[in-house]
Amino acid sequence: MDEGAEVVNAQFGIGDTVRVRRAYPPGHVRAPYFTRGKTGVVDAIAGAYRNPEELAYGRYEGKALPLYRVLFRQSDLWPDYDGPDGDTTIVDVYENWLEAAEGGQG
Amino acid sequence: MTGPDTHTHDHGHDHDHDHARTFQPDIEDSPFSYYQIMAQALGELLIDKGVFTADELRAQLEWIDSRSPEDGARLIARAWTEPDFKKRLLEDVNAAAESMGMDAGDIPIRAIENTPAVHNVIVCTLCSCYPRGLIGLPPDWYKSREYRSRTVREPRKVLAEFGTEIPDDVEVRVHDSTADLRYLVLPMRPEGTDGMDADALVALVTRDCMIGVSLPRTAGE
Amino acid sequence: MSGPRRVHDMGGLDAGPVCQDGHAQEPWEKRMDAIRMLCGKRGLLRTDEMRRNIEDLGPGVYDRLSYYERWCAAVTNVLLQKNVVTVDELGRKMTEVEQRWTKARKS
Repeated sequence: MDEGAEVVNAQFGIGDTVRVRRAYPPGHVRAPYFTRGKTGVVDAIAGAYRNPEELAYGRYEGKALPLYRVLFRQSDLWPDYDGPDGDTTIVDVYENWLEAAEGGQG
Repeated sequence: MTGPDTHTHDHGHDHDHDHARTFQPDIEDSPFSYYQIMAQALGELLIDKGVFTADELRAQLEWIDSRSPEDGARLIARAWTEPDFKKRLLEDVNAAAESMGMDAGDIPIRAIENTPAVHNVIVCTLCSCYPRGLIGLPPDWYKSREYRSRTVREPRKVLAEFGTEIPDDVEVRVHDSTADLRYLVLPMRPEGTDGMDADALVALVTRDCMIGVSLPRTAGE
Repeated sequence: MSGPRRVHDMGGLDAGPVCQDGHAQEPWEKRMDAIRMLCGKRGLLRTDEMRRNIEDLGPGVYDRLSYYERWCAAVTNVLLQKNVVTVDELGRKMTEVEQRWTKARKS
């Protein structure tokens, strides 16, 4: 595993509203199915790491991508969420899976 | 020695296997499994080819054996008693662990603090990522379909199965470890422990409270 | 666009109660774990490659195999793909191990 490179040229900053792209490629993907098309807020920038989609195929030489901790409201992830409104899930998402969003669900 | 089939045990029951001995199936065991044979063959081939030595394999087995929740518990207990250390732990667990002579392994680990406003719980929905360098092997339930599926979707129900109830006015935050970092929950220090020093507090810090499915033991337990 | 959910990508699916029984790591499982780590240290295997191979086992096989059986299948596949071991030598060594163990049981 990488120790994590310093993040340069991060596309998003803490507090930005971001959406996980609604794409469904085959192959080794680390953006979970339940996040695709969902909107959350950048809670932290966790460092820069090489893309697991490439590492998974033995391609080790790629550059590091910013990795974001994206905070989702449970009520945005699950239409029938049974718990209190304040509950959240936070997921570590690589920059290539995120796009800017204005808020609300994509 | 045990046979190739997995078998269930009570929660927290440990086995003492002599890892230095080459695995020898017992007479009473059921036939060895395909993957058990493959694992043995692979190790022997890799040693034959000089990828690693038998001693290196033994040393690696020893490292695996040496991991337990105790290192994690010691970090938490010290953070409870020393605000400066807590700050360092929250910045970089691996460095804080190293400063106490612990080997947390190469993977970056981050501590997530429980507060009166937020209760944290860790899962890896995609596989079984876990801060094993500091708290040992993940329990089977952490790797199960049930835990991986439901914790992000209905965390309070999953916590209730572990006997943990979080009040509605406290946010439950689930962390899905999908990438290069591993997470460790830094629980709140239990009430009524003011008289206890770090060494005594270690006993209150369970593996499950560092995953976030439980709270630490209380002083009376 | 929508698409299929892969078998390992299970966050949010319905499932039963979490069974809190467990088993201690079997010797062969620990061995597999150690082999995986050592191959990682030698630059022969990254966890990402192992995960991809586990995911590519596909539905059915993924649930039928145990956790460490999946690891064993995946690590072996990576090493075969990279020519660290060959199919021929692995087959011969597996036969040899099985014969040795069978003999040990009988004696």
